[in-house]
Amino acid sequence: MTTPDPPPARELLRTEGIRKTFPGVVALDGVDFDLRAGEVHVLLGENGAGKSTLIKVLSGTYRPDEGRVLCDGRTVRIADAEAAEKLGIATIHQEFNLVPHLSVAENIFLGRQPRRLGLVDRRKMEADAKVLLDRVGITASPRTPVGKLGIAGRQMVEIAKALSLRTRILIMDEPTAVLTAEEVNRLFAIVRKLRAEGVGIVFITHHLEEIPAIGDRVTVLRDGRSVGQVPAGTRQEELVRLMVGRSIEQQYPRQAAPAQGAGAGSGAPLLRVTGLRRQGVFDNVSFEVRAGEVVGIAGLVGAGRTEVVRAVFGADRYDAGRVEVSGKRLPGGDVWASHSAGLGLVPEDRKGQGLLPDASVSENLGLVTLREASKGGLVDRAGQRRAASRIAERLGVRMAGLDQHVRTLSGGNQQKVVIGKWLLANSRVLILDEPTRGIDVGAKVEIYQLINELTASGHAVLMISSDLPEVLGMSDRVLVMSQGRIAGELTAREATQDAVMALAVGTSAPGTSEMEDSPRGH
Amino acid sequence: MAIDTQPGHRLDKRPGGKRGPNPARRVVEDTGRVLQDNGALVALLVLVLVLSFWTSNFFTATNLLNVGVQAAVTAILAFGVTFAIVSGGIDLSVGSVAAFSGVMLGWFTTTQGMPVFVGVLLAILSGTACGLLNGILISYGKLPPFIATLAMLSAARGLAQVVSEGSPVVLPDSLSWIGKTIGEWLPVPVIVMIVMGLLAALVLNRTYSGRSMYAIGGNEEAAHLSGIRVRRQKLVIYTLVGAFAAVAGIVLASRLASAQPTAAEGYELDAIAAVVIGGASLAGGVGKASGTLIGALILAVLRNGLNLLDVSAFWQQVVIGVVIALAVLLDTLRRRA
Repeated sequence: MTTPDPPPARELLRTEGIRKTFPGVVALDGVDFDLRAGEVHVLLGENGAGKSTLIKVLSGTYRPDEGRVLCDGRTVRIADAEAAEKLGIATIHQEFNLVPHLSVAENIFLGRQPRRLGLVDRRKMEADAKVLLDRVGITASPRTPVGKLGIAGRQMVEIAKALSLRTRILIMDEPTAVLTAEEVNRLFAIVRKLRAEGVGIVFITHHLEEIPAIGDRVTVLRDGRSVGQVPAGTRQEELVRLMVGRSIEQQYPRQAAPAQGAGAGSGAPLLRVTGLRRQGVFDNVSFEVRAGEVVGIAGLVGAGRTEVVRAVFGADRYDAGRVEVSGKRLPGGDVWASHSAGLGLVPEDRKGQGLLPDASVSENLGLVTLREASKGGLVDRAGQRRAASRIAERLGVRMAGLDQHVRTLSGGNQQKVVIGKWLLANSRVLILDEPTRGIDVGAKVEIYQLINELTASGHAVLMISSDLPEVLGMSDRVLVMSQGRIAGELTAREATQDAVMALAVGTSAPGTSEMEDSPRGH
Repeated sequence: MAIDTQPGHRLDKRPGGKRGPNPARRVVEDTGRVLQDNGALVALLVLVLVLSFWTSNFFTATNLLNVGVQAAVTAILAFGVTFAIVSGGIDLSVGSVAAFSGVMLGWFTTTQGMPVFVGVLLAILSGTACGLLNGILISYGKLPPFIATLAMLSAARGLAQVVSEGSPVVLPDSLSWIGKTIGEWLPVPVIVMIVMGLLAALVLNRTYSGRSMYAIGGNEEAAHLSGIRVRRQKLVIYTLVGAFAAVAGIVLASRLASAQPTAAEGYELDAIAAVVIGGASLAGGVGKASGTLIGALILAVLRNGLNLLDVSAFWQQVVIGVVIALAVLLDTLRRRA
């Protein structure tokens, strides 16, 4: 690996030829990487490229099969989390390691609480915590239970915890994925401060536009190999080419069906929602989705988008209004009835709500159709397996076999499984809530192509997305929600980032400034 | 691995293999894996083998059938508990419900003088009703299964005492065949155990409710959002557990020829132990009827063998405790590997 200029700073960490295999999968296949003091080194790659495995090697969760890790020029063995901690390596995972019921101070010093006469010295612990909290710039009291903080606050607590360990190497796994634009800016300010203090930071992100804003160098992983190291100023197209091994011509290949779609194009309304209301959450929500159409729902976090689609689907109740699928009214609050009527939901939290993580691909695919596959009280499991095999092939789910646990699939393939179970149920209307969140660029395009195929064959798609370019690129119409109401509807032609944002912020909503949807890093 | 430029690169054709060219080594590895995957079965076989060599009277037809009879009640209870555990719940009330059902059997057939088959049917219904009540508390009352069934553990035991007025009910002679043998050698409890085991396996593997148990235990929210009526299924699950407990209670009372309100005390813990030794996860989503049977047999073989070896009842408890801990420990180690 050549470096563009002579090392300006001390090298903290280096990996050489790291290789790690799991049964059936080569996760890392020769990774070279290095980190200097006072730099932000971005680790880029599609999901499944090996980023997570690499940071698990660095944080002591996995031991590499081959290759070596050097810390300050010395070869080290990072056998466990404790060893990593001794070397000054701290990792902030996507899922935080915090105890919700304990206070901020206790979380920061968990297992290392300052003691006096063998008892925890609460006062000192809280005072020390306060100093750390000031450093990361949050105002919460050290006594606040962590569960009461928002996602951004919890992340700051994790960073404070890392600081308390005298961390020299901070690994952050997609820290911006869950943050609003404003929170991202605050995070960047802290990262820059740490960098100025000489901390080396490994920063993982899927948002290419964040790279020039925060990074110094970029290492790209592909198929478990490090395929390039470039400066952070590298053009996005070049980064994408390195990630996927070819350039992605069109990121949002929406082929609008209404104009061309044979038959389906005329667009009978498949889903009609009228005057839907839940006290204090959403009100007067009306819209329809026609066959062959993708309707996007944009809006700020907390605008009530997920709440509305969950109510439409019957996962939650509503107080007033009606939901019709293909002209038939749904009873409300009854998922089974929605499913029978041909409505399917791909929820926003894939692992938490969409999948049985420790069950097989085939069991997950057969979940919705369990009852249809039952005859005389018995489930036709062989038939279910055949159906699962058919749909997995059609969707191109990459797996070792139908018996592989879905937990071990990549995010994109997991999402295909969630969509697949509804396709098996012949759902004609699909509600997709953040369908590409946490999915890498290449798999996103596959999901978009799938949406195109579905609408071309007469399905209707209702898609929530906080990724504004995505919602604009894929929708035939865009509904913009603001404060529990539909603030406006835009045709594909009218829908620009500015127009959507104007509606989402809404003139009636002074003080609303948190805008998850705004393009980041400008 | 979205757009894979080299398909097949990531997927080693032979999962688990360490790409060793040595076929003998592969056989050893494969055998090792089979043994690891069936840890409980291997443990049972080892136990049987050791006891067969160690004692002269363990591996005799009479004794083995005896072990079967001893295992039967625990196994039938445990089959029911498997449903609860697979769905991510627990049932602590099965011992009490078994005793209550047994007492009801006595009450129907003696005090009320009903025909035996009606009595058996009503006894099963009594246990089933307890299970249904558990299910209502859990699915509609939103009580945690631990609490709901803990309450039932106390209430059903109390009801058994109330109905029997605190003393054993002697069962009519026409019922004693349930505790005896067919053709002079095949014990009826063992037959009931096998039938209930097959039934449990059928429920778990092939019925809508059974598959729902795995889905609910694997991820309740995902199951709900996939159109599974979680509340209704929980009702079914705990009702089934109650029915299985009732059958166990009837077998136990018939074996003793009397229904005792204090019968099966602590059996719920044996049942849970059998399920866990059999490889089920208390977190839900994992578990098999065959595993549960093996778990119950391990407990029975251990008790029987320790008796034959003249180990005191006190030490037996210690050994059983160690075995439970070891079984789960080995299972955890295997999963981590």
